[in-house]
Parts: sequence; C-alpha cells; structure tokens
Amino acid sequence: MPSMNMIQALNSALDVMLERDPDVLIFGEDVGYFGGVFRVTDKLQEKHGIQRCFDAPISEGGIVSTAIGMSAEGLRPVVEIQFADYILPAYDQLVSEAARLRYRSGSDFTAPITVRSPYGGGIFGGQTHSQSPEAIFAHITGLKTVIPATPYDAKGLLISSIECNDPVIFLEPKRIYNGPFDGHHDQPLKSWKEYPEADVPEGHYTVPLGKSRIVRDGSDITVLAYGTMVYVAEAAIKEANIDAELIDLRSIVPLDIDGIVASVKKTGRCLIVHEASKFGGFGGELSALVTERCFYYLEAPTQRVAGWDTPYPHAFEWDYFPAPSRIVKALEKAMKV
Amino acid sequence: MTKRRNISLHVPDPVSRPGDAPNFSELIIPEAGSVQKPAFDSKEQTLRDLPFALIRTLDDNGLAKGDWKPEVENDDLIFALETMILNRAFDARMFVAQRQGKTSFFMKTSGEEALGVVPSIALRSDDMCFPTYRMVGWLLARGYPLTDLMNQIFNNAADPLQGRQLPILYSAREYGFYSLSGNVGSRIGHGVGWAMAKAYRELDSLAMAVIGEGTTAEGDFHESLTFASVYKAPVILCVTNNQWAISTFSGIAGANETTFAAKALGYGIPGLRVDGNDVLAVWSVMQWAEKRARAGLGATLIEFFTYRAEGHSTSDDPTQYRPKDEASAWPLGDPLERLKQHLISQKLWDEARHQQAVAEAEAKVKEASKASEAIGVLGTSKSGIEEMFNHVFEKPDWRILEQMKELGL
Repeated sequence: MPSMNMIQALNSALDVMLERDPDVLIFGEDVGYFGGVFRVTDKLQEKHGIQRCFDAPISEGGIVSTAIGMSAEGLRPVVEIQFADYILPAYDQLVSEAARLRYRSGSDFTAPITVRSPYGGGIFGGQTHSQSPEAIFAHITGLKTVIPATPYDAKGLLISSIECNDPVIFLEPKRIYNGPFDGHHDQPLKSWKEYPEADVPEGHYTVPLGKSRIVRDGSDITVLAYGTMVYVAEAAIKEANIDAELIDLRSIVPLDIDGIVASVKKTGRCLIVHEASKFGGFGGELSALVTERCFYYLEAPTQRVAGWDTPYPHAFEWDYFPAPSRIVKALEKAMKV
Repeated sequence: MTKRRNISLHVPDPVSRPGDAPNFSELIIPEAGSVQKPAFDSKEQTLRDLPFALIRTLDDNGLAKGDWKPEVENDDLIFALETMILNRAFDARMFVAQRQGKTSFFMKTSGEEALGVVPSIALRSDDMCFPTYRMVGWLLARGYPLTDLMNQIFNNAADPLQGRQLPILYSAREYGFYSLSGNVGSRIGHGVGWAMAKAYRELDSLAMAVIGEGTTAEGDFHESLTFASVYKAPVILCVTNNQWAISTFSGIAGANETTFAAKALGYGIPGLRVDGNDVLAVWSVMQWAEKRARAGLGATLIEFFTYRAEGHSTSDDPTQYRPKDEASAWPLGDPLERLKQHLISQKLWDEARHQQAVAEAEAKVKEASKASEAIGVLGTSKSGIEEMFNHVFEKPDWRILEQMKELGL
C-alpha cells in the first residue's frame, strides 16, 4: 500500500471521484493548471480536463453560490476555499442557502456540495491564514463539518463527503498536510512516511461521517480532539504519563455522541482540546453534552484547552497555539480532583 | 482642512413624496418601435447603446411597432392575457385572505404580471427559473394547481412545503421554479451555477435568474455577473426595476447615475433595457436572450423597466412614502390593459370576452380557495409536527431523533 501524506491522500480522493463519477467537478482559486496553493488538486486538470477542474474568480461567495446551483441541478461540485479564513464572504451562501435549501423546499432541491478548506495555525500565517472556524459551521443546522487527522482518514472522509447528499464543510488541518505535528515547533519536522495512518489504498474507500476514532485506549481520562490537536494531545498524554483515552472526532457534525459518552462513562473525566478560541468554541458544546449525559460518572470538571480569546497573533504564534505543556497542565488538573 | 461649498454628502431623494403630485417628467421614454434590433449573435461590443435605450413595441394605440416585435402565436398571447387575469384574481383573493387572518403574509404582483407570465411561456419546460417573490405568474402559466399555492400560503395540512416555509416562498422543480427564499438576491448565483451545469453536460437548456433593482447593490449580483461572463453561462439574468425596494426608491440603488441594464457593460455581456409593461417587448427580449444562450453565446442581462403598482407586501402602506396616485400616473401604463388593447386592436379579443375571462378567473380562484380553506388556514390546520424535523438532512442525526422524542414524536 502506498504511503501518502495528507495532500497526496486528498488528491487521490479527488482523482478517484473524478474518475468514478462524471457529475463530480472541482473549482476554486488557483486549483486548475497550478494545482492549488497547497497542491491538493495537482495534475487533476491535466488528467481529467479543464472542465472537471478549473480556476475560479477570487469570489468565495460566487464560488459557493454557483456550486450550490450546480448541485441543485444534480452535479457534485467540490470547491476549494483557499484558506478557511477566506470563507466568510461565502457564509451567507452556506447558512442561508446550502444549509436551508433542502429544508425549505422539502427536498425538492438539495445542495450536495463539498467545500474544502485548509484551516488552523502553526504555519506563521497570522490572523488571516490560521483560524479555526469550525464552530460557526457546527452551529448551523443543515451543514456537516468534517475534519480529518490522518492521510487515511482524509481520503476516506473526503470521498464520504463528496458522496454525501448534504452540504459538507471539509476542513483540512494544514499544519499536518506534510507530516504529523505534536506542538513541539522547535523539533525537526516529521514525515508521514513513518506512520501506519499514511498507508492509503489507491482506489475507492470510505470512512463514515459521524464515527470517531480511538487513537489511544486509556482508563483515566477521555481526551477529545480533532485535526492537528490529535497529535498535540497525544504528545501531551505521553509527557504527562497519564493513561488517557484519546478520541479523534473526525467530524463534529455529525458527532459521534455514543463514542464520546461511552468513553467518558468509562474514564470519568474529560478534556477537550481545540485550536479555535475558547469562548463559544465547539469545546463548549462538547463540554455541555458530556455534562448532560455523563454527570453522574464525572469525577472532575470537564477541562478545555483552546486558543486564547484573541485574534490569531503572528509573532506570538507559539504563545497562542495550544502547546503540549498547556494540555499536560489541564490533564494534571483534571486528575488531581 | 478647507471647507468647500461645492462638497457635501449627496443623499438621493425621489422627486415626489406623499402630498406631492406624481412626477415622471425626468423619464426618457422613446417611441415604440424606435430601438433597432440587432442579430441575436451580435458581438457584445456592438451592443453597447442598448442598455441606455428602452425597448418598446406597443404604442399608445396598442399597435406593435418596430423590429422588436416578437414571433409569437396569437394563442400564446391570448393565453398570456388570460394568465395575467388569473394572476390578478389570485392576488386579490389572497390579499383579502391575509387581511382576514388566514395567512400571516402575502405579496401581490400588481403591475408586474408580465414578468412572471411571459418568460414562463416563452422558455422551455426544461429551463429553470430562479424567481423573485413576484413571479407567481410563472407557475400559473405552467398549470401549477391553484389549491397547492393556497395550501402553501395558508400553511395548512396540504401545504406542499409542509409548513416549513413562509407564505408564497414556493418551490416547484417540476414546473421549472426554483425554491424561493426571503433573502433577496442569494439565488441569482444558483441560476448561474445551474446554467454552468447545463453547459457542462452539453445540454442546451438554460436558467433565468431574477432579482429586484434594489438587490443589484448586493455582492451576489456582481459575483453572479462575473461568473456568468467568465464561463459564458447560458443564463438570462434579469433585474426587475419596479422603482421601489420596500420604501426605498431606485436612486438609492444607483438609478440616478446609470441604468441597471448598463451594469452589464462592466462584465462584457449584452444588457437590454425593456419596457416591462409591454408584453410583446418582454417576449421579444426573452427570445433574443434565449437564442443567444442556446447558441452557446452566454448570458444576457435584462432590465425590466416597470412599476410596483401596490405595496411591497401586506406589511407596508405605500402612501407613507410615495404619492398616493403615483401608480396610476406611471407613464408606461398597465401590462394587462396594454395587452388587452393590443389583442382587441388585432381583433383577437373583445370586451365581452375579457369580462368573461375575468369572471372565469375569479370563479376558478374562488373555487380553489374554498377547497383550500376547507382543508384549513393558518392556525386551524397544519402538517404533522414531525414535519418540523424532516428535511434538515437527508437522514436525521441523533440530535433530531432525540428532539423528536422529547416532543413526544
């Protein structure tokens, strides 16, 4: 089985779907001839033709709006928003149209679009290339929000998203495109090659939406994470030497509530980690769900480690990014009770 | 800093307000038949005067003039008139129904009937209209059941949209009518995308996408024009310039500086400006743009120059912001009356037949309304409450299932 980094795995998913389904097409800024600023659509235009993978004007609202029209007609457009920070001009289209079209028309029209977008920090992108906007999509009923953490999942989840008959926001943790990152920014970069999660089948396969992945079994505390934070949390768990159960949520909508509840009931403690700002972040929802469903099993207050409630600062990247040391502290705090 | 007398913040205001006499003296209205019709496949560079013209065919005597006279069967014109009569009867009945509390909200089409009815007849059944809320005429012309419209308006147990949507925001895929929404403008890009999909499939079916003149100020409009132009989408983009966006006159959307059709110039697509109360002229520009789109020559922007003869909706009183008799002073008349006059001039219609058509339309509407009201109206009948939870996703997730259970479903 070939080893792929996340970019290659995503490229392979798109390639497989272009090959299998003539209704699939790709467009977005710089995705055509050039193959995308992160190379996710590399060579797809050359291989499948200019009408299957093409450049779009710098108009996120226009990209999503035309994609919705195409999908209502019956196509399955996969569009790229170059950075998740740029998705806001399309927010009206995603909220008022993509998420609501099925409901308001009684499924007369639907919007099976996939909106791919690299998100998250750790690349010195400052406040316009680093944000994690997942909570603003999770709050919108009618949208699904998917966040892979491994090359294998990236491909399988992207194929599931494209095949899904509902609109999907597919957020790609760009810091781990080329290799896992555990938050120790001063250490040498790692390559996906050494990881079994980078063994990616060449053909078609799916990873279902709404099914989490247990990264590490444990009995002391449940750690919920997604995207890059899965690796940061994993490193912190090792450093804290705590027998934590680490769960990669894979998608926050649909959310694997059963998997979360089973784990927290087993461990009796919960820590939530995400890069996005803490206040109003998705961690708040996770914490509430855990409290509502596992209260009598909990031995400590649920902890959250998240980005600070500031815009993403450029020079203070590593002061902002939730570091393993912050997670270690939170783990220790939860275990003390 | 120097204070200059020649500089001050300019805020446009209409010529006349309540208490003033209506004043349309600044409108330039060319004679019917005076605008030349270029070949449909003309290069855009040769069409750049058209956005500032006003295409008219019917003169004051109801006679069709000039080379924009459309190729239309007499029967189709008669059918258009009958459908406009039906549209008006439907509006009148539903307006009263709202006042009687049978629904929360309604919007009349008054004065703009041609703009729903004509494109519906002119275009093909495989074309898709991305309408405004003032285009029920499209559905009426295609035989959408009156009772279903009313069931939707009353949100009763037979509402095709099962109570999930505001009155009049219909959705009827089988009738080429895209799902309406209360957010103005956010579907014009869907029309472009739909058209791109047809081109992608190498089919010659097209999309028509319509917004009001007020909404041309939204980014959606300009984004859609960019995409339509760049990808030569087979779409007919239309601006219904009815002079009023709720209480805001068209000058606040830029009408004092240029025409809405002229917005096309910046995107390199043809812009046509047409008398929207002239059924023959509307038919003709639709045919021209249709030929162009089906020939793979891309999009056209059409400004329907018209007048919103009544309030924006049941929620506003137009006498609060414009002269009471402005509608009757509109120099381009009433689309229904003008078509009637034309058909009479051609001996295709007469007053007796007209009275009969009005009576028939009213009877049809009354019958449908009785049938719909027998099912129920807002507050007396609605779909099963489980419909509130349906169609959020293709399949409900655990949240929906748990919440249904919580409600005892």
